[in-house]
Amino acid sequence: MIKRILAGIAGAGIVGGAGFLWYAWYPALPKVAPPVPGQFSDARIERGRIVAAESYCVECHTRADLGGGPKLAGDYKMVSPFGAIYSSNITPDPETGIGNWSEEALRRALRYGVSRDGSHLLPAFVYDHFTKMTDADISDLYAWIMTRPAVHMTRRPNGFPLSISPRFTLAAWKLLYFRPGIYKPDPKHDAVWNRGAYLAEGAAHCGACHTPRGLLGAEKVPDETYDGGTVDGWIAPPLNDKNPTPVVWTEDELYQYLRNGVAPLHGPAGGPMSPVAHDFLATVPESDVHAIAHYFADIDRAAQRVSGDKAALQTAMEQSKRDLTGGTLNTDPDARLYQGACAACHYNAAPMPVLGRPELALNNALWLEEPTNLYLVMLRGLTAEEGQSGVAMPSFYNALSDHDMARIAAYLRRTRTTLPPWTDLDKKAAEARKLVEEPPVNSSH
Amino acid sequence: MIKFKLNGRDVSLDVPEDTPLLWAIRDDLGLTGTKFGCGVGQCGACTVHVGGRATRSCITPVSSVEGAEVTTIEGLDPAGDHPLQEAWRDIQVPQCGYCQSGQIMQAASLLKDYPLPTDEEIDGVMGGSLCRCMTYIRIRKAIKQAAAAMQSKNSGETSNG
Repeated sequence: MIKRILAGIAGAGIVGGAGFLWYAWYPALPKVAPPVPGQFSDARIERGRIVAAESYCVECHTRADLGGGPKLAGDYKMVSPFGAIYSSNITPDPETGIGNWSEEALRRALRYGVSRDGSHLLPAFVYDHFTKMTDADISDLYAWIMTRPAVHMTRRPNGFPLSISPRFTLAAWKLLYFRPGIYKPDPKHDAVWNRGAYLAEGAAHCGACHTPRGLLGAEKVPDETYDGGTVDGWIAPPLNDKNPTPVVWTEDELYQYLRNGVAPLHGPAGGPMSPVAHDFLATVPESDVHAIAHYFADIDRAAQRVSGDKAALQTAMEQSKRDLTGGTLNTDPDARLYQGACAACHYNAAPMPVLGRPELALNNALWLEEPTNLYLVMLRGLTAEEGQSGVAMPSFYNALSDHDMARIAAYLRRTRTTLPPWTDLDKKAAEARKLVEEPPVNSSH
Repeated sequence: MIKFKLNGRDVSLDVPEDTPLLWAIRDDLGLTGTKFGCGVGQCGACTVHVGGRATRSCITPVSSVEGAEVTTIEGLDPAGDHPLQEAWRDIQVPQCGYCQSGQIMQAASLLKDYPLPTDEEIDGVMGGSLCRCMTYIRIRKAIKQAAAAMQSKNSGETSNG
């Protein structure tokens, strides 16, 4: 009897193992000759440019550190809990890039996360989203990528210790977490919603940053979809109704944020979100950005939550006016510190906040669970190209100590929000400072 | 090469990205009206406008203003006759004068948002602009005089047009 059970288990193991081998194994696809000029129509290349912009390909396939690198030539450093990962060269260079990839190879990479040579790709290449892209979009994307300048450049090796065969480790990861398949329109919703969902869930891969990840790096879907995540040390805020700002993200606020990099009632896009707006979504058809905004206004249930906005706005502006025109300035040293460092720009008393003078009582950063984003903006400042175009915020890296930043954060949290105080503010200020690799501005004192 | 507009003129500078905008304006572009005060964005002497907003130039890296429009005290009015500058002269606001260009730039930003500011609004917005000579009373007076001058000029333009 025992023998039989053991044999049964062994048999199941062999069948399972064989099945897994079959699952894990992909053939190499044949190399093709690099594309030649005129191979793709201009219209197709232009459609491909839009697909690429909506996928932010350039952002993660262009080196950002060490003074930057050529576009799409890879070597973009991504810090993961498992070590640094460097992205691939996706220019049409045949040796170091993807110049000898066929369209089928690109399609397989996007849809199944498999390289041309048959090896599994790391899920840092977010094929859990790209798998939803249509064949037509991938075909256009291929035309655009293959008509970019070829760059001969090899990326740095990943600092990623895989103790067993990467092929089987990654195949196992996929078996657990990856469900390939093109986006299926939801008949309960209209075409605009479905267009937004197709882009957001697929090419634009919003969940890659805005959905929390589990221990093995997979997005915790569907239970925690859009509950908020982290990227490059920044908090990527929740995109669903857990977003804590006092005024909700309506379709119009979302649209302005995604298109122009600033939402009048929420503030500017900082950190890794700024290029999403300025470098990419500002360059695609307006209707696509409207569709994404429309989709997320549904995801965050803006219509059901918007009724409190008028009161929240009034409360914020009254608070701001109180602080501007007296308030606790003469009795609260933290208020004085805030006035000296921040209030010369962050003052408001009008009925509506003005662009370029963000109302902190409404700003995302003050309402998040941790002060990380507030600290990072204080330390780094914002360039005239980030957030709202044309205005800049100084870098307080050398101007405020960790304790000064902690005092301002505590002051703003207690005067501008209705949420419980943040904890360990000094320690978190020091941690945020460590995330800024170099002081943005030379010491002036 | 970092490019921006300074007082309406295109400028380009070959300086390290982390150079404070203040150093670039004073040392590389030769406009010394903007002053170095505390160097940590706490006194207001280095205030210029970036995209029309008062900005502390001592802690703003010059790379941050790439493509932006920067205005210094020299560019506030081509002839130095901005209503604030007229009021400043009329009331003889400065004493030692060191902080005054920063004060005027901050006040110009204030008047865009509060065309007829109250004492409290002036104190609230100007509170980060320090004056060791204590000219605050005259600063307040000059801001109100300039505000009134701008109002009557605007209403005159409206009634004429």
